[in-house]
Amino acid sequence: MKRLFPILSVLTAIFLAYALYLALVKAPTDALQGDVYRIIYYHVPSAWTAFLLFFINFIASVQYLASAKSSRQTAAKWIVIAVGVVGVVVTFLPQVQEQLKSFGMRPSALATTVVLIPVTYFLVGKWFPGERMDVLAVTTAEVGVVFCTIVLVTGPIWARPVWGIWWAPGDIRLTSTLVLWLIYVSYLILRRFSNSAQTQMLAAALAVFGALDVPLVYFSIWFFRTQHPQPVIGGGGSMDPRMLDVLLISWMAFLCFAFLVCWSRFRLELLHREVEQAHAMESLAGAEVRAGVSLPLNRRAQ
Amino acid sequence: MNAIKFLFAAYIATWVIHGVYVGTLVRRFGRLRRELKELGKGK
Repeated sequence: MKRLFPILSVLTAIFLAYALYLALVKAPTDALQGDVYRIIYYHVPSAWTAFLLFFINFIASVQYLASAKSSRQTAAKWIVIAVGVVGVVVTFLPQVQEQLKSFGMRPSALATTVVLIPVTYFLVGKWFPGERMDVLAVTTAEVGVVFCTIVLVTGPIWARPVWGIWWAPGDIRLTSTLVLWLIYVSYLILRRFSNSAQTQMLAAALAVFGALDVPLVYFSIWFFRTQHPQPVIGGGGSMDPRMLDVLLISWMAFLCFAFLVCWSRFRLELLHREVEQAHAMESLAGAEVRAGVSLPLNRRAQ
Repeated sequence: MNAIKFLFAAYIATWVIHGVYVGTLVRRFGRLRRELKELGKGK
């Protein structure tokens, strides 16, 4: 296990370098935007990675909230199964399919996304039992915020030469992304500065509400008039297949990198809890020693 | 030519953000390991 991390780090570095080469050299230049469009190869994969991490955070938070009571756990399990089944059935109804196609969405893609909810729920429950669920939640939230920060930084850098402005005030895609970032930053602040016994529960509840913003961010360009470009996948976008290949390779490279960062952050959180526990044990031992010394003195006073 | 500056600015900003974050992780690891070692010595 100790050797695996450096090996994966080297492989990820090579993969990222290859993705960078493809993005800067191999991908064709955009006829309208020129080379500046290549920002997409960092901006879009970062956004998708952030969404994926927030999704895992949502699942881990729901699991954590449900784990407080066994009755709640059983109810959550059946709700998640129902969401998966109903979601898939609904996407194959002819009326819904027509509606989806009018938005340029593929019903099969939506059905796959819906199926991912119960699948991820059960995998997270199996692989991260008990306290590890909460560790996973804080890990994915923090790394997700880093990727979301990159989205918010690279977006305006692209917008300046293309739109002529850094930011379009009131644009729903931009505003909802900023709100999403603020929600998860507040989640991390809550976890960092609150010492209450209820902190983990409160943070999990906040994460559930925060995750509701993710579909709003993602689908805002389908349902609202926005200055943001139309989706490149699943939204009827007409991206050159060579550009699309580079985009997907770039995303894979960023996913590998995100996995390694999450792994490190997960280990860090476990170590942090170990240190906190050791501090608590030391304080307890100190208190016992003091009590042991003071007891005879008290008795003498009596 | 001017647009290229924006492209490189975006790529550099991405890696600076990742670098700073990974740097904080390394620093936090070091601090916690030191703390754990000191706690072990205290026993």
